[in-house]
This record gives sequence, C-alpha cells and structure tokens, in this order.
Amino acid sequence: MYLYNDIIEESEVKERVGGSATDTEIEMEEKKLKLYSYWISSCSFRVRFALNLKGLPYDYLAVTSFSDPEFLKLNPIGFVPVLVDGDSVIVDSLAIIMSHIQYLEDKYPDPPLLPRDIHQRAINFQAATIVSSSIQPFQNYTVVKYIEEKVGTDEKLPWTQSVIGKGFMALEKLLKDHARRYATGDEILLADLFLAPQLDTAIKRFNVDMKEFPTLSRLHETYNEMAAFRKALPENQPDAVH
Amino acid sequence: MDLDLRKSGHGIGSNASLQSNLVLYSYCHSSCSWRIRFALSLKGIPYEYKAVDLSKGEQYSPEFERLNPLHYVPVLVDDNVVVSDSYAIFLHLEEKYTQKPLLPVDPQLRALNLQVASIIHSSIQPLHMLNVLKDMEKMFCAESKPWAQFTIDKGFSALEKLLKDFAGTYATGEHIYMADVFLAPQITLAVQRFDIDMSKFPTLSRLYETYKALPEFQASSPQRQPDALIHNP
Repeated sequence: MYLYNDIIEESEVKERVGGSATDTEIEMEEKKLKLYSYWISSCSFRVRFALNLKGLPYDYLAVTSFSDPEFLKLNPIGFVPVLVDGDSVIVDSLAIIMSHIQYLEDKYPDPPLLPRDIHQRAINFQAATIVSSSIQPFQNYTVVKYIEEKVGTDEKLPWTQSVIGKGFMALEKLLKDHARRYATGDEILLADLFLAPQLDTAIKRFNVDMKEFPTLSRLHETYNEMAAFRKALPENQPDAVH
Repeated sequence: MDLDLRKSGHGIGSNASLQSNLVLYSYCHSSCSWRIRFALSLKGIPYEYKAVDLSKGEQYSPEFERLNPLHYVPVLVDDNVVVSDSYAIFLHLEEKYTQKPLLPVDPQLRALNLQVASIIHSSIQPLHMLNVLKDMEKMFCAESKPWAQFTIDKGFSALEKLLKDFAGTYATGEHIYMADVFLAPQITLAVQRFDIDMSKFPTLSRLYETYKALPEFQASSPQRQPDALIHNP
C-alpha cells in the first residue's frame, strides 16, 4: 500500500481544474484525483482527455524532473502519467484508463468509455494497443534521444515517421469500416482516447503527412472541435513551454 | 495463400469432446505469441494452432494481411471476432472466458497487473523486436544487442522496483495473474537471447525460477509448439 500522503500534500499544486465550490464540489474536492503529468507527454495527454470527458476535476501536478526524489518516492519507476486516487497510486496510461474504466463507468456512467458489444470492445482494445505498443514507444523521448546521439538528428525523424506511418496504415485499415463521427462509431470510446493524442503528436511534432490516412485525418478534425480535447492539449497545460 | 496445414495442431489442453472455436495464429519463437499460448494454457482453453513462419515472411501473405495489416503475430480468431496484439487479445480472453481469472478483483492489484503488463508490452518488447533491431543495425552500422540490452535493463529496473514489495510466489502475490503472463516470456527471452545479467534483478530472477517449473508455461514454450520441429537450430 502506498501511503505517501505527506509527500502528496507537500507537492506544489500548479492548477486546480474546476469552478467555484458547492457542497457537492467540496465533497468531490476532498476526494479529488491528482494527476502527475508532463505537458508534452502523449501518455499523460490520454489520461487528461479521459478525465475531461468524464467531467472529473483533478489537481494537475507538473513533473519537471524525472529524477526528483520526491516524485520517485511516489513512483519509483519515474514515468508519467501517475494518477493518485485516494490511497491508490497508478502509473502508466493504459493501466490507469483500463483499471479505472469500471470505477468511472460505475460512478460516472456518462459517457461510457467502452461499448457493450464484445466485437466492438475488441476493436477498441486493438486500436488502443496499436497506439500504445506499435507507435508511441518509438517516439518516446529516451528512444529518440538514443538514436539522435548515435546517428544525429537527420536520420532520427525519417525513421520515426516511418514507424508512425506503418501504425497509421494499420489503424486506417482497422477503423475504415467502423469509423463514423468517432473512431468506432458515433460515441467517443477507448480507441479515441489513444488515437486523439497520437494524431496530434504525429502531426505537430513529427510532421507526418496525413494525406494517406483520410479516416484518421477526419477524426483529427473532429477531436480538435471538442472542448475536452482542447483542454487536454499540451500547449494548454500549466507547465507548457511556448 | 493457404498456411501450411502440416503445422497446425491443437494446443495443450485440447479435448476431443470440447468444441473449440478459437484459432491462434502464432510463431513458436514470438514472445508475444507465447503470452497468449500461456494464458490459454492457464485457462485450459483448447484452440487450433495456425503457424505463421516469420522467417519465411508468411506474415506478409495476403491472407495474413487481412487478419493483421501490421504483420505481427499473435492474432486470435474467435468465431467472427478477429483480435491482434497480445494485450488486446488478453483483455478479450479475460472478458469472454471467465474461468481461471488472470486479473484480480481488487482494484489496486488489478491496476498493478495491468501496469506491469503494459510496461513489458509498451516499453520493453517493442524496442527489441526483430524489425527494430534490423533498423538499428542499419542506422548504427553496429551490432544491435547493446540497444536491446539497454532497453531491457531500463524496463527491468522499473519492474524490479515496482514488484519488490508485492511479489510472493508470483509477481503480485500468491496467485498467477496477467503480470506473470507477460513477465515469463520476457524474462526468458532476456536471459536466453540477450544475455541479460539477472543478478541485478533478484525479484525477477526468483520469479523466473518459478515460471520455468510451471507446467502451463512449459507447455506453451517455443520448443513445444507444432512449428518448432522446423526451427530447431
């Protein structure tokens, strides 16, 4: 059991999300989630988007150094995001979202993050894991830096673009028969939580040419119209560097 | 292309009287395929094994392309549901086949298992898969093993810290769960293929000794698969 409440209380709160407090909000405030996040981390972005969609207020705790002893006490493996939910400390965006799905669905049923149909659920799992396992690991800071040190900047970008392109090709094929307004139909679900930050990152940071991916391009435009997504964008976080 | 039927067979636990609608496209040496073979073995679910010979490029056949345009194994066909990617397959199996649960009910323990599996699935294995190692060798004009060792060491350091306060007989206590399903093939690969020095990771090392002795893990190991005969060195 993680019992680092003192550490948590000592952490500087960079921003409180939400408006003026009512009785309900005071009650929620006492149990408010804490999200350790880094503005440009696409994995943190996923969780911010999920929390915004659910209308869940949370304290945003900016992680400015991954070797900060205070942060490492809370999370010895030094990754972001970390979600603190009462006594629970959960690391890793896929684990945060998956482990919270039942909790979020029970307590905050609208909107659901997973469909009922088992076939549709499998497609959502698959889209989420294509992003989390076949694309994002290769644009991770550690990987990109390692390659840059070995061969310089010029070779790093094309390689990362080709990896993203391969993943997007697979997603385009997976989703083209299912996508409507959103990735797998007319409701925003798990697949969208992973896809939306990935599209934003690919286009803004890695200059990926989207013309070969018409379905994904259209989804990207849809996401950009959503308040919950815009609020989660890296450039809109308290620790953003402009 | 018709995948070579000589290499098909039923997975361990197959029972002639049991109707099986599961087909697993697998390669004996793939650690991601091994996870799913292990999970199916633990759950006692029979399945049809369809071998995909990665060394012959069978993953690029038009038939397999329709199943998984990323050209990776494993792929599970469950009646009319096709799922690729081992994490997605695991979640599908866990939801649909509830015998012998591989995720605990306790929320915190559940989260820990999802987290361990995700670290292996997203932060370790993708970075040392064969395609990537080939890319690294081209880019670096050097042996890729140091790169693989770098990524595995980093991931194992994280897992060691995460699990040292939770591990019992198994990764997260006294029952075998999702964390073990993902850890067991990964540690085996790290030791056997990438020469990782496990003395730095005492918890993982102890778990590895436990896994090696498990019948279900042995049954799902590369050398026991139908396509292994063709690939013995």
